[in-house]
Amino acid sequence: MTPPSSTPPAPAPPRSWQPPRASSASTPGVAGELDRIRGRVFDGLRLSAADALYLHENADLLLLGELADLVRRRKHPEGIVSYIVDRNINPTNVCVTDCGFCAFYRRPKHEEAYVLEREEILQKVQETADLGGRQLLMQGGHHPKIQSDWWCDLIADIRSKFPTVNCHALSAPELDFFSVIEKRPIEDILADLKSAGLGSVPGAGAEILVERVREIIAPKKTDTDRWLDVHRKVHEAGLRSSATMMFGHVETAAERIEHLERLRDLQDETGGFTAFACWNTQPAGVPEEHLYPKKTTPAQYLRVNAVARIYLDNFDNVQTSYVTQGVKTAQVSLRFGCNDFGGTMLEENVVSAAGCANLESIQKIESVIERAGFTPRQRNSWYGIVDERHEGPTTPASAEEARPVPPKETHA
Amino acid sequence: MTVDMGKTNEQRLLDRAAEAGLGEIAEKVLASERLTREDGLALYRADDLHTVGRLANHVRERLHGDLTYFNVNQHVNYTNLCNKFCSFCSFDRQPGQAGAYTFTPEQAAEKIREQQDEPVTEVHIVGGVWPKLGYDYYLDLVRAVKAARPSIHVKAFTMVELDQIQKAAKKPLAEVLDDLREAGLGSCPGGGAEVFADRVHQAGYDKKISGQTWLDMARAVHEAGLRSNCTMLHGHIETLEERLDHLDRLRLLQDDTGGFQTYIPLSFHPANNEWSHLPGPTALDELREIAVGRLMLDNIAHIKAYWILMDIPIAQLALSFGADDVDGTVVEEKIYHDAGATTPQEVQREELIDWICEAGRVPVERDTLYNVVWSGETEAETLGA
Repeated sequence: MTPPSSTPPAPAPPRSWQPPRASSASTPGVAGELDRIRGRVFDGLRLSAADALYLHENADLLLLGELADLVRRRKHPEGIVSYIVDRNINPTNVCVTDCGFCAFYRRPKHEEAYVLEREEILQKVQETADLGGRQLLMQGGHHPKIQSDWWCDLIADIRSKFPTVNCHALSAPELDFFSVIEKRPIEDILADLKSAGLGSVPGAGAEILVERVREIIAPKKTDTDRWLDVHRKVHEAGLRSSATMMFGHVETAAERIEHLERLRDLQDETGGFTAFACWNTQPAGVPEEHLYPKKTTPAQYLRVNAVARIYLDNFDNVQTSYVTQGVKTAQVSLRFGCNDFGGTMLEENVVSAAGCANLESIQKIESVIERAGFTPRQRNSWYGIVDERHEGPTTPASAEEARPVPPKETHA
Repeated sequence: MTVDMGKTNEQRLLDRAAEAGLGEIAEKVLASERLTREDGLALYRADDLHTVGRLANHVRERLHGDLTYFNVNQHVNYTNLCNKFCSFCSFDRQPGQAGAYTFTPEQAAEKIREQQDEPVTEVHIVGGVWPKLGYDYYLDLVRAVKAARPSIHVKAFTMVELDQIQKAAKKPLAEVLDDLREAGLGSCPGGGAEVFADRVHQAGYDKKISGQTWLDMARAVHEAGLRSNCTMLHGHIETLEERLDHLDRLRLLQDDTGGFQTYIPLSFHPANNEWSHLPGPTALDELREIAVGRLMLDNIAHIKAYWILMDIPIAQLALSFGADDVDGTVVEEKIYHDAGATTPQEVQREELIDWICEAGRVPVERDTLYNVVWSGETEAETLGA
């Protein structure tokens, strides 16, 4: 028997969204409206935000899976599920943004605050390149003293030594932070980083792109309009970026859809997003854990993921998040709209201690994809297939070839 | 595509099934007609898992609506000594081997007393087959557990163990069952069935009772007035046809006796056993197995997504693919954890309720015989179900 705890933890606040009863999707009024929306998806017509919200609120998981799988199949009829051999490098954990859902950052002068030495970073890149890695996902905190010139130096150094490894680096809030502390337009900063060799920009820091929500969970972080504008400028600079969403905190279903709508609108304008990925808040051990509801479960992850795949008709790729969901749920997500398994995220301790452990984990990813009925293929940062088993061309093969092209057709 | 606003759910299901090449099967499902083994093969082979799931979900909601059952239970694995040497097993030990153990009846009772402040309604007792344990051991085991907690339902001894108990007793099975029931046995679990086909039996577990003997003994258990569960260990060397043979034989026995309460597909786990080179089923395989089980076993009331071996996330998703039960809180599982299961060895009651509600289902706490202990139906508003 466990002894009674003297200070029981405060109960988590209730979740901001609760699913409908699954069987209610079969009641006559609801089923009729779901039929209408299903018909639009079948006919390849764009869904309104109201349609997407109706799906989110009323569809059962099987309908969402069916429709998301249909959209995925139309975009990827060849049945390839891609992934990238990459490594996560976080050059610093120092951050002044104080997001209450983040367990990673440390304030400046905190005893666990760090900035990696250049040699240490290059060693990690070397290990990544040795294992055939093609991408470094480099993000850090908002360090008050590290500016864009530090990053330009780092990226140029990496690119000159490891030309096959792309720097997929600096989220929109980090880029915005440079602009603020350096008092320079974002365009200038992007131009410098691009000349240094920045190849693509990750979609982090989006959380939920609705101000009501950001004021609660990330009041000091780049706001919605600015997050979107930074990505617009990234695309205008000729670089591609990805888009993300973190759900399962204080946002409503309507706010999830609003987030997707903002992304779809910008994509209509620039065509610069390569992919979308979402995950739920992981509240265990974060600074403001008491503010966050219990972690949402896979049923909700698949729902949000499927609605996003159905609604984001101008996004080519939807990435699963096996790191947050586990490999089993990630495999199921391949039938709920995902066509990409994300990065292998070679970990530093794993790489140095046992190189083949990572190769085994690549085998595991391939096996899970194959046994879901798909063909696993390695890709580059721009979703060109770069796999010796692939018979077609690699398109795009580089950042230059991946320049954003705004979509020509206007959607009905 | 023309949209007919007046479509019924039946038409909707038929249309989708027809698109997936499962139209005839859907007609049978809607008419509650029995599916053939060929139908089962088509369900296993269909590309469109969502439609297979939708057919199974139709049956699930026809039988149970959104109700999803669980119980508050505990496991006692009384010995891991075993002389059956099954290729898929990671739990068995020989005397003197590291980790070998046998509980005395009193030690098993202590496991029950450790949980006396928890609202446990059932103990699931299974173990290895070890001939040195005498007939009295089994009776004393049940008596000791029952004495430790008189209200508890004792669900104990698979058909494989009952075969050994009968050998130890040297008397007819009906009399053995009477003795066990008098000692406190309430029902029997469904393990040990594996895959009935002789080919698989020969290749993987030839020292264990045959498939036919398992079925004969389950019949005797039902004839003695006891309920039991049934299982199938899937995802190793068996063929799809052999799985369907297994399911068909289960439902034929159920036609005769009506004694099975629940069917539980058991996912083969490959760690630490002779079949470690086999990969075991994936999450999508597990969801399909639930759906095929729900559709083929038209005369068994409940289909269980056993979270201990599917992982809680996949058990939750299985509630959309035909399952209406997730087993229970399970303190503390050993057999699958020796085979590499990475799930927790127990889960809190509130946790199970939360997962069920997040799947859009209504949690119902049951006892072993599916009497309602607590229902989320009335509390659905606050639970958000």
